[in-house]
Amino acid sequence: MECVGLHYRPAGGNRAGHEVLRDLSFDIPEGGFRWLLGPSGAGKTSLLRLLHLAIRPTSGRLTVMDTEVGDAGRRALPALRRRIGMVFQDFRLLPHLSAYDNVALPLRIAGRPEGQIRADVTETMRWVALDKKAKSRPAELSGGEQQRVAIARAVVGRPVLLLADEPTGNLDDIQAERLMVMLTELNRLGTTVIVATHNDALVTRHPGPALRLNNGRLLASG
Amino acid sequence: MARNLLRPARFDDLGLRRALGDRMLLLLVAAMAFLAALALAGVVGVRALAAHWQEGAGSALTVQVPRPADQEGGQTRIARVLAVLHDIPGVASARKLSQTELAELLRPWLSDGAELMAIRLPAVIAVRLAAGAPNPEQLGARLAAAVPGTLTESHGMWVQRLSLLAGSLQACAWLALAVVAAVAAAVVAIATRAGLAARREAIEIVHGLGATDGYIADRFASRATGLAAIGGGLGALAALPVLLVLARLAAPFAAARPEAAADASGLAMLAALPPPLWLTLPVLPLAAAAIGFLTAQVTVRRWLRRLP
Ligand SMILES: Nc1ncnc2c1ncn2[C@@H]1O[C@H](COP(=O)(O)OP(=O)(O)O)[C@@H](O)[C@H]1O
Ligand SMILES: [Mg+2]
Repeated sequence: MECVGLHYRPAGGNRAGHEVLRDLSFDIPEGGFRWLLGPSGAGKTSLLRLLHLAIRPTSGRLTVMDTEVGDAGRRALPALRRRIGMVFQDFRLLPHLSAYDNVALPLRIAGRPEGQIRADVTETMRWVALDKKAKSRPAELSGGEQQRVAIARAVVGRPVLLLADEPTGNLDDIQAERLMVMLTELNRLGTTVIVATHNDALVTRHPGPALRLNNGRLLASG
Repeated sequence: MARNLLRPARFDDLGLRRALGDRMLLLLVAAMAFLAALALAGVVGVRALAAHWQEGAGSALTVQVPRPADQEGGQTRIARVLAVLHDIPGVASARKLSQTELAELLRPWLSDGAELMAIRLPAVIAVRLAAGAPNPEQLGARLAAAVPGTLTESHGMWVQRLSLLAGSLQACAWLALAVVAAVAAAVVAIATRAGLAARREAIEIVHGLGATDGYIADRFASRATGLAAIGGGLGALAALPVLLVLARLAAPFAAARPEAAADASGLAMLAALPPPLWLTLPVLPLAAAAIGFLTAQVTVRRWLRRLP
């Protein structure tokens, strides 16, 4: 990813016209790592949604992976989204599909052959230690297990850009450490990683460049 | 294409099996197809009857000869007219109606007393024309020149009126067909929109994972197409007995296959259905499927424009 000059003024899907994010400008090099920090309500999720192309900025210019989002037509966005992995704060798993099918979903949408899908999904589920739960529906899984399914779904397609919104919120310390090792490894392999969290202990243990948000403003970057 | 075949057939990422009110949609489409079958039968039946009348009546003439028994030029007037008719090329047959046939024709107006009342009835000749005959006006002029007072009446006027009636009936049937198709499209659109609302979250998730509008629309369209095709088939099947009964009732008029009308066995009943209907009935499920596919595609793609 090359998130060049993401500066946009009042942004975010706010119907009331209240500015959720204001005058953000930053640049994350391809293959970089960023913590996205700030208190609850600071706008972390909104910023990740912008980067995930789930909403468009109301002002300013946003460039994601060399594509100027404001200029790009609707048709150009799906291919872009397929190169982005997103771990949602609320997981957003499909309740009627098994854990396996949830993880396989991005690959099926991308039209990968079923043989490759089986190999990739099985490997990824083993990676998040969920291979025993492949047939379970999300409702039959604990919060932490659902979060790991969401993580597996985000990384199974080997995204160029990985966005994670409070990915350790439902994990115990050991699982959180395992996740950080996974993310670091992905980052080392070239994936740009942005992790939003308010888990300060985690950040202390894994120091790295951070974007600090407060009340919709960027306090510090790098 | 080939790699899509490898996808598990029952993989239903949007959960449409539950969301797209199948039973209701199926029943409504079946009802539409039933109505469409009746309207189609109307089109086909009226066309067949009109063609039958046209070929029967279009080539028929009646010639009235007043005072048929009077002598004229050494012959009775009626004999003269018949002789002239026989000399005209293209006259397939010319037959003088008997007194009883005439009485039968006149009964509605004169009751049974036609003969008794001793009205001097004109003789009536029924003429059938073949190809190459002069037109009715020319023929009438020649007859009137040979035997003054002869009246030639073509049935063309009635054929024209009947054609007009048949044309209007056919137009009505086509209109009914168009309305039925429009209602079917509306039903599919409403069902699709209900499905979209019910699966909104799943659609947003799949959209967020990079699914194109086409991917999502295809999911809905393939389901709507299948349901509409089955509904169309059911409707056409349900209409079949009704059509067979109608065909039997119409058989004596069309009289195309009197042997079928006389034979009540099932096979003969099936044979009584006009061939055009046999061709159009299987088209109903196909047409329903096409309506389902197009409507779902358009509805879903339009709805998806609200997502970024
Ligand atoms: N869809 C939305 N519509 C309107 N306001 C929103 C929406 N999502 C978030 N907000 C508002 O934007 C602000 C930032 O929210 P969010 O981005 O979720 O912060 P964080 O993830 O840092 O906790 C909050 O004040 C929240 O109320
Ligand atoms: Mg948040």
